[in-house]
Amino acid sequence: MAIEIETPSVSLSKVALSETHGEDSPYFAGWKAYDENPYDELNNPSGVIQMGLAENQVSFDLLEQYLEQHSELAANSGRSSTSSFRENALFQDYHGLQSFRKAMASFMEQIRGGRAKFDPDRIVITAGATAANELLTFILADPGDALLIPTPYYPGFDRDLRWRTGVNIIPVHCQSSNNFEITPEALEAAYNEAESKNIKVKGLLITNPSNPLGATIKRSNLKKILEFVTRKNIHLISDEIYSGSSFSCDEFVSISQILAEQNYKDSERVHVVYSLSKDLGLPGFRVGTIYSYNDDVVRTARRMSSFTLISSQTQQLLASMLSDKRFTENYIRVNRERLKKRYEMIIDGLRNAGIACLNGNAGLFCWVNLSSLLLEPTMECELELWKLILYEVRLNISPGSSCHCLEPGWFRVCFANMSENTLEIALRRIHDFMDRMRKVKISLQ
Amino acid sequence: MRLIVPLQGVVQGRGGIILGSIIPCALFYFLQFYLKRHRSLPPTNPTLPSTSSGNLSELQRCSSRTNLLPRGSTVRVRVSARASSIAKPNDSPYYIGLDRVREDPYDEMSNPDGLSLDMIEKWLSENLSISMLGLRGDGLGISGIATYQPMDGLMELKVVMAGFMTEVMGRTVSFDPSQVVLTSGATPALEILSFCLADQGNAFLVPAPYYPGFDRDMKWRTGVELIPVHCRSCDNFTWSITALEQAYNQARKRGQKVRGILISNPSNPVGNLLNKDMLYDLLDFARDVNIHIISDEIYAGSTYGNEEFVSMAEIVDSEDADKDRVHIIYGMSKDFSVPGFRVGVLYSFNENVLAASRKLSRFSSVSTPTQQLLVSVLSDTNFTREYIKTNKQRIRSMYNLFVAGLRELGLECTKSNAGLYSWVDMSRLISPYSEKGELDLWDNLFNIAKINVTPGSACHCIEPGWFRFCFTTLNEKEIPIVVDRIRKVVERCKPPV
Repeated sequence: MAIEIETPSVSLSKVALSETHGEDSPYFAGWKAYDENPYDELNNPSGVIQMGLAENQVSFDLLEQYLEQHSELAANSGRSSTSSFRENALFQDYHGLQSFRKAMASFMEQIRGGRAKFDPDRIVITAGATAANELLTFILADPGDALLIPTPYYPGFDRDLRWRTGVNIIPVHCQSSNNFEITPEALEAAYNEAESKNIKVKGLLITNPSNPLGATIKRSNLKKILEFVTRKNIHLISDEIYSGSSFSCDEFVSISQILAEQNYKDSERVHVVYSLSKDLGLPGFRVGTIYSYNDDVVRTARRMSSFTLISSQTQQLLASMLSDKRFTENYIRVNRERLKKRYEMIIDGLRNAGIACLNGNAGLFCWVNLSSLLLEPTMECELELWKLILYEVRLNISPGSSCHCLEPGWFRVCFANMSENTLEIALRRIHDFMDRMRKVKISLQ
Repeated sequence: MRLIVPLQGVVQGRGGIILGSIIPCALFYFLQFYLKRHRSLPPTNPTLPSTSSGNLSELQRCSSRTNLLPRGSTVRVRVSARASSIAKPNDSPYYIGLDRVREDPYDEMSNPDGLSLDMIEKWLSENLSISMLGLRGDGLGISGIATYQPMDGLMELKVVMAGFMTEVMGRTVSFDPSQVVLTSGATPALEILSFCLADQGNAFLVPAPYYPGFDRDMKWRTGVELIPVHCRSCDNFTWSITALEQAYNQARKRGQKVRGILISNPSNPVGNLLNKDMLYDLLDFARDVNIHIISDEIYAGSTYGNEEFVSMAEIVDSEDADKDRVHIIYGMSKDFSVPGFRVGVLYSFNENVLAASRKLSRFSSVSTPTQQLLVSVLSDTNFTREYIKTNKQRIRSMYNLFVAGLRELGLECTKSNAGLYSWVDMSRLISPYSEKGELDLWDNLFNIAKINVTPGSACHCIEPGWFRFCFTTLNEKEIPIVVDRIRKVVERCKPPV
């Protein structure tokens, strides 16, 4: 503003006043509707069932069992055989507890079936993957620069990657015709679009397994992606927060495996983000990590992590739990089995209701095609359908437009954040809804 | 474009499912589209209208410190200018000292933490059960803490935290839990305020000497400037309104927009307490020039002198009109000795700041098991009262012992009433009388006395030769040992010419 307007009230910054917190999208509005009328099996059976929150509740019992058997961990609030309560309470080193980093590295290796190795000294701790992604954006890009992100993508990225950083997101559009796979053509197109607007692209961010697709990226595509970023000399962030939620160990291929296979050539542009919020179902613990193959990035990220350290008490607790190989191996295997079972349950249920989904093999959700219900293939129709489903069927599912999907009619439906009972009820509601829609359509014709 | 779904209100209400209304709703849904088809449609926007893009403010590009690479050259991929400036080895003695100590067993006098941890540990061992992690007998299970919780902290913790702050600050003002935003330490709380109150290129006035961490917390990623307002030993390093006004006017002349003033009270590194008059004057000044006040009160419970601590909250309580400009920082790292747990508080009277801060706290949330632990401890108000009292007594006795020890060596400190450190005058021992002389002495203290203290230059002190010595990591027996070691260095120093 060139002219100072004298107001009696003291003003706030552009960041504080900006809309880039992105909380106006339907993604968040649905949660609001749920908050106002949440489903409860006993007390509110007609309430809104939350199918818009990617939370993993299928394996809590395993965690509880572990904590009961190791009650000294729960009760010790940070004490262990190797460090006193005092040492732990005072530990605020931004390197993070070595035992914790070791345990995380080992856990990440186990998830990848030992096909990639992780060096604990390359692990930077953050309070959640949200913070990790923002941190990397601060480090890799300046205000006005851009990151390329394949669509559809997690709605939170609009907020997490852009708000305080001032960095832009350029979407890399993917199509249903090839199962929304990322193609070199799409990557080139997005890069060129940035160039034409005079925007510097600093990196590509992929989520693998993908949110919201619920599918892993094929090995051949990963290789092409790596070729692309190398050719353009940009960074690659691989958000692998759902790596432990692939339905079988072999389906998921991590970028770290590709790098290992090529002897880590050109790896200094690659950074992996991980967290325990999805695989371990512990989002409340606020545990995220950045694993970078770039020394400068590790050093800088570590310093910046001062703004987002993990409680030493939590680090201590998790260090013990994650270094217990018997527990982790069992957990990873059982969690995968249960997620697969849930996925099959919802796919069957949706198929019976006449709804098709993308073939998925990972994650806590499926990518559902409701485009046949749209009278016109427009975003407006999709939003109206979303509202209908939210307020009439009382299911909160996430519309594809909030994930920047170019094709209207796709929705992300979460299945792991509820009991099997609740999922059955949700499927029944969907079934009944589809029945009615068919009848209405027929009657109108 | 909004299309109305009727009967929404009816169906939305709690109570039985009204199946019958779904059909007419669906009908209406389809009807509307049938009608629409016959109207001319507005041209579709080729770019996806993202409701979340909103008014993306165009932040000014900072001048790029990275070289633009010619396309096609095989060079290493670069990091941002922001990152580059931080990746340089940090040359502040404050950080160098902390790093070295990590590697070597020096005596830690640059970090004051941990004085009364034993009391907390004792409470925990006496009161703790499996309930700590939420695995209570009533079957709440781990899901109570494992799942997503409000990013700005559990309400239960906000409540007891507000209660603790009220207690710690003398019960002269009552803190409201709904104005509390919890963050992973005071560090992010400060940064969040900096993001909320100032744009890139704007500035805050800060009385100097000040806590070295302010440079990182307020400036690094925000692009905000700090303008030191130098205080002097003749004033006991206390700021004056005149000095603030001068600094503000000078900034204006330079074309720099000042958005607020950042004070620490009790002050770090000096240990002064600000009295009510000064705080009222400060508020008047802030009102006159229309700026914010950030009051870092993280040492509020660490007082030991005869003066009472007065929080900025007490000043604003009675003066409604200016509430919107006052923001307070607090945390559990100093008074409660648990810096590892990462628990900080952003407290504001400004609803807009609170709204933005709550959202920003998602990048710096407190771990829920830790929140639960604190809820348990802080709910025991008998314990917290005892703790606060005993903690103060211990600080006082350590302070007395330490200051007496320094006096034996002919070293004086500023008269302070709070904090976990002393601000010591070693100016007659440095040669030359400059920052270089000061750093030489610091080096000697490091290598000969094997103690790590913070030199005044790291705190932007304009007078060379002052050092911050933290004394709360020592126990009584250690003080004479430390004094002895300092003596060795003192005796080595050349007498003043």
